[in-house]
Amino acid sequence: MSLQPETFKTLVKVAAERVIASAPELTSLDQAIGDGDHGTNMKRGFEAVLNKLDAISSLPFDEALKTIGKTLVMTVGGASGPLYGSFFLAAGEALSHSRQLPDDLAEIFGSGVTAVSARGRSQAGEKTMLDVLIPVLETLKAGAGQPNLIERVRSTAVEAVERTAPMQATKGRASFLGTRSVGHVDPGARSSCVLVQAVCASLEGRQ
Amino acid sequence: MNDTVGIVIVSHSKDIAKGTADMVRQMVGNEVKVAFCGGNPDGGLGTDVPLIIDAINSAWSSKGVAILVDLGGAETNSEMAVEMLEAERRDLVVVCNAPIVEGAVMAATEAAGGSSLAQVKAVAEELSGG
Repeated sequence: MSLQPETFKTLVKVAAERVIASAPELTSLDQAIGDGDHGTNMKRGFEAVLNKLDAISSLPFDEALKTIGKTLVMTVGGASGPLYGSFFLAAGEALSHSRQLPDDLAEIFGSGVTAVSARGRSQAGEKTMLDVLIPVLETLKAGAGQPNLIERVRSTAVEAVERTAPMQATKGRASFLGTRSVGHVDPGARSSCVLVQAVCASLEGRQ
Repeated sequence: MNDTVGIVIVSHSKDIAKGTADMVRQMVGNEVKVAFCGGNPDGGLGTDVPLIIDAINSAWSSKGVAILVDLGGAETNSEMAVEMLEAERRDLVVVCNAPIVEGAVMAATEAAGGSSLAQVKAVAEELSGG
């Protein structure tokens, strides 16, 4: 897949702006079952990404993703920093040093998902961001090359967030609540969905 | 003086990190290098990878550094900080699975006796049953 530097820059900008705009919602979700800092932490991290946007978008894709990852690691200030940071660091590592993206994005996305799972020592079904990332990866694998892939990825992410509500958290601070975590959407799953939706919108040229 | 394992305390709260370091000092004085950090990059509750890296470097010892953490994000950010160290330092830093205050005091006391990094970690982790 050929992705022009300007398109990539817009994509990163839209993703960062949408995360920043969703900060109040993420914080509110985190107040219900966590420590209430997910929105402000993600906002801080993606503001730092926006500040480096020109530099990031001038890099080859692998270096660009790794710079995004490192920026999140160094600025987020909560567990979501290393988790999202590891996703982008591993995805960058999986890319060749070029300005071309491979047609099959599943492999790169999968490297990111594996890194998140290792960093959080977490699996599917534990009410975390993985409960969005893993279904999205499955959709990417199943739908490679199909014309409606973007739409399917988007609906997968949205549906996956809702499926975290009935789950009981067994990882992260929400696990302290035991059964009381049931009935709330996971904030990390929601922020993952915001990012996936932003990338989908950018790739469609709709913002 | 022979080098002793350094101790790093990482809490979401700078006050807890400092208070824990004070308790460690009371036990071991200046025999052991102790560094602490707490708070997110804006100074609110949270942890900050660059500050953790600074703390590890300031408590650095040829025998290594043991990190004591409080809740989840402190552990995840500490593990991330360790991975971002220079390759030759990475293997000489461990994150202990132990309660932060008791673990730090026990670890520092063990370190003051000249124990290895593995011994210091093991003593701290006895507190959490493994």
